[in-house]
Amino acid sequence: MGGCEGPLSTLDPAGPSAEAIADLWWVMAAGSVVLLVPVLGLIALTFVRPGAVGRIGGKAWLVGGGLVLPGVVLSALIAFTFLTGERLLARPGEPAVVEVRAVARQWEWRFGPMDGPLEAGVLTIPAGQPAHVHVTSEDVIHSFWVPRLAGKMDAIPGQVNVLRILAPAPGVYEGVCAEFCGVGHAHMPFVVEAVEAGAAGGVP
Amino acid sequence: MREPERPSSPVALHKQLSAIWGTAPGLGRLSAVNHTVVGRRFIVTAIAFFGFGGLLAMVIRAQLATPAGAFLGPGVYSQVFTVHGTVMMFLFAIPMLEGWAMYLLPKMLGARDMAFPRLSAYGYWCYLFGGSLIVLSLAFGVAPDGGWFMYTPLTSQPYSPGINADIWLLGITFVEISAISAAVEILVTVLKLRSPGMALHRMPIFGWYMLVTAGMILVGFPPLILGSILLEVERAFGWPFFDPERGGHPLLWQHLFWIFGHPEVYIIFIPAAGLLSTMIPVLSRHPLVGYAWVVGSLVALGFLSFGLWVHHMFTVGIPLVSLGYFSAASMLVTVPQAVQIFSWLSTMGSGRPRLDTPMLYILGFFFVFIVGGLTGIMVASVPFDWQAHDSHFIVAHLHYVLIGGFVFPILAAAYFWLPHFTGRAAIHGLGKTAFWLIFLGMNATFLGMHLTGLRGMPRRVYTYADGYGWTDLNLVSSIGGFVMTMGFAIVAVDLLLQPRLGRRIRRDPWGAETLEWATATPPPSYGLASIPAIESRAPLTGRPDLGARIAAGEGYLGFTRNGWPETIAVDLVSGAPEQVVILPRPTYLPLASAAVTGSFFLATLFKLYWLVPLALAATAAILLAWTRSTGSAKDHGLLAVGHGIELPPHWESDRPPSWYAMAFLLAANAALFGSLVFGHFFLWFVSPGAEADLVPPAGYTLLVLLAGGALLASAAGRIAVGRVRARGRPGPWLLLAVAGHAAAAASGAVLFAVMPDPGAAAIPAVAAALVAYATAHAGVGLLLATYAVRRARMGRVSARRTADLMVPSLWHDYTAATSLFVALVLAGSSAVLVP
Repeated sequence: MGGCEGPLSTLDPAGPSAEAIADLWWVMAAGSVVLLVPVLGLIALTFVRPGAVGRIGGKAWLVGGGLVLPGVVLSALIAFTFLTGERLLARPGEPAVVEVRAVARQWEWRFGPMDGPLEAGVLTIPAGQPAHVHVTSEDVIHSFWVPRLAGKMDAIPGQVNVLRILAPAPGVYEGVCAEFCGVGHAHMPFVVEAVEAGAAGGVP
Repeated sequence: MREPERPSSPVALHKQLSAIWGTAPGLGRLSAVNHTVVGRRFIVTAIAFFGFGGLLAMVIRAQLATPAGAFLGPGVYSQVFTVHGTVMMFLFAIPMLEGWAMYLLPKMLGARDMAFPRLSAYGYWCYLFGGSLIVLSLAFGVAPDGGWFMYTPLTSQPYSPGINADIWLLGITFVEISAISAAVEILVTVLKLRSPGMALHRMPIFGWYMLVTAGMILVGFPPLILGSILLEVERAFGWPFFDPERGGHPLLWQHLFWIFGHPEVYIIFIPAAGLLSTMIPVLSRHPLVGYAWVVGSLVALGFLSFGLWVHHMFTVGIPLVSLGYFSAASMLVTVPQAVQIFSWLSTMGSGRPRLDTPMLYILGFFFVFIVGGLTGIMVASVPFDWQAHDSHFIVAHLHYVLIGGFVFPILAAAYFWLPHFTGRAAIHGLGKTAFWLIFLGMNATFLGMHLTGLRGMPRRVYTYADGYGWTDLNLVSSIGGFVMTMGFAIVAVDLLLQPRLGRRIRRDPWGAETLEWATATPPPSYGLASIPAIESRAPLTGRPDLGARIAAGEGYLGFTRNGWPETIAVDLVSGAPEQVVILPRPTYLPLASAAVTGSFFLATLFKLYWLVPLALAATAAILLAWTRSTGSAKDHGLLAVGHGIELPPHWESDRPPSWYAMAFLLAANAALFGSLVFGHFFLWFVSPGAEADLVPPAGYTLLVLLAGGALLASAAGRIAVGRVRARGRPGPWLLLAVAGHAAAAASGAVLFAVMPDPGAAAIPAVAAALVAYATAHAGVGLLLATYAVRRARMGRVSARRTADLMVPSLWHDYTAATSLFVALVLAGSSAVLVP
């Protein structure tokens, strides 16, 4: 899709999570246009043909536009988004998952295996294999965000959150801190490097 | 009592009323309590803060116009965006709606003023002082810089050691006094101070909107106030409510903030929608379609809005099942909104809408707000929000909602009601030119910003690199922002010129439905020269002479008596006339009280803690001084109000307005207490193994004394009211209430001293906060009980005049209930903790 690419673009997905969410976006964007245009048309009609809209009856508009329309659209959307969300979650006990740590502090990200040393700025994962990123912080709240792979997950001191990411193809995917964390907030970039499974680079 | 002599002519009546209700010129203006004057001040001050917030927005857009912008450094940028958000939410939107409510409500409802004019003025001064503190802090380079949401631990002492965060916490709490006081008086005014015959189902629709808004403020603001108090106490004294290393939790702040913050968005939107529901029928020349539907959807919106707060926290690691609930609830809130939108659409479709300047802004509202609503549904979807959250998509979304849902309706209202404020018509063309600049500029700024966010630009970054696809979009946003600003500048010019150059108008230029257009324009200080009987929802429709008849004194109270500012209070449901409310005259007390209140906030801000007790005592003393002129030293009996009806003065009625005010204030207080109890159980739940014993062995006796003393005061207070009603004298019971509170306050203070160190861990800190809460309430109860004794001694209390005992008695009851709850929670928690 033109105008959507970029190293941090959610609309240029490189993994299944980001792809599912991008699809969700396009469905919702199209749906919004489909809802917006007729409503704007109705508003215009009240000026062009005074009384025409009113002939249908006030109650009919309240029931149709106020209850039925949102009822139908939202039920469908709630079901769709809940199913999408279920698919994206980290599932404990999922086989062949790599467990890694992401530890934030003002103003850098450090990554590493669950009980190994941490390395600043680069999270290495095997390509084609899901990884559970255990996200936490040593000081204030930060947020781990690699838009082309998945949604974001807050790094909160005193708490560990788990985010599931999967990069099918080897490559370097950029990430940023998404939660305001002080004057260095704009300068906390990092990368996720997906490497061929078994290649060098410290992947367990 | 005989009806006073009626004035000989409408002009004579006008002169008599003006002498009573008017505000003195010159420095006397500082004593103003009149709703028209104070309402106007709120609006003008809010416009000034909006201008300031807008300038900060331009600074932000200048910085982000190009990659690697060199205009601001990160420190200043943090202050600028924090103050921009804070000013727009707390110093522009909320006070603006308070101003409109104050200016319009009494006139629409057929009252001559708000229920508590001095409280209006006090709220205004608190707002002005607190707001100025925040703005001034930017000039000194010490402005808050942790974001308008103030997330901990970033705003906790170790990461924000300066005074910046304290300025936010104390300044905003100071300003919130005005929100709570406005909510209390809006509730009492709407429920009680209406024209005779104005049953709830005949109330102008704006009254319903403000009723729901005020109710929401009452429940929605206390969690933020509590959160601010806890964070300030953590920062100042090290009580670790939010510190994860000592058993606290940063997410407690987020819960408290968003339990306030989400309803806040609706608190801003609902009054604006109320203005729309008033204007659209008039401009469409058709009554509002579905009045009952709209009222129902408002109430639903009010309740639903308190169940959505977690949708601001979808990325903090909450289980998906809980997220699913909040996601569904967030989408469900679309239903009442859709009912509302289609009611307006149907009204316009049934009538013949006219494309005047206000309507242009209403059309702008429709487009912008609906787009904001649609993106709102998107971010209510949990997976999508995982991407959109904290990106520029949210910046775009929230500006569509707030500019669409508040700024456009307020501009429409400005062009609709300005002739009422000034008695002059708008200057043709300026408002329309401004509309197109604002509308096109707004969309240019924020439409593309959705894409900026989807392309991964996070919020609150002061700089960005080229090559991410953000560069062109940001430049367009910046240009759009400056175009929009030009539009606002033209509106400002229009507002300044119109009172001088506008053409004079006749009364009611729009053919409106509601009573505010029955006053002369600009309105006299007393609003309505006499109070009409109301038989329909649209009293002006078909009665073009109503204004003249009101001015001629043909309604109720078309005369003056004893130099009293009088208005009528009604039964809150049926609208049957019930009492004559005698309101206070202009006074400097509100200004002085706000200044003294400010000394408390300044003493805390500058850590002059030795001064804090003095400031608190002075504040209590000056607030009690307000009562010197209230009530009466003798029974007056029934007063004639005209048309053969006689009503008691409010001090001789069973339920005077002050009783309702205390009841609503205690409801807000209960929301604060509930938030504290929520904090206790939240930390209890998340803190693994708090090891301290909360109540030392001797503490149980003190807990019993604390609760027992408050219960004694409550019972004694009630018996005293009964005694006075039956025999005209309270007997010794009032003294027993004093003794009960004294015992409770003393044992609370001792307990506080012997409890485990609140600085050690979060659970003991909350326990200490609960004891402090109960002790402080016993202390205030002691003050109020003593006050009741004094009033009885002064002869201000009789079998008919019981308000001075009834109102404190409510406080005693509340204190007894909360103290008992505190005792049970602490004893119960300790029992669980001790193995």
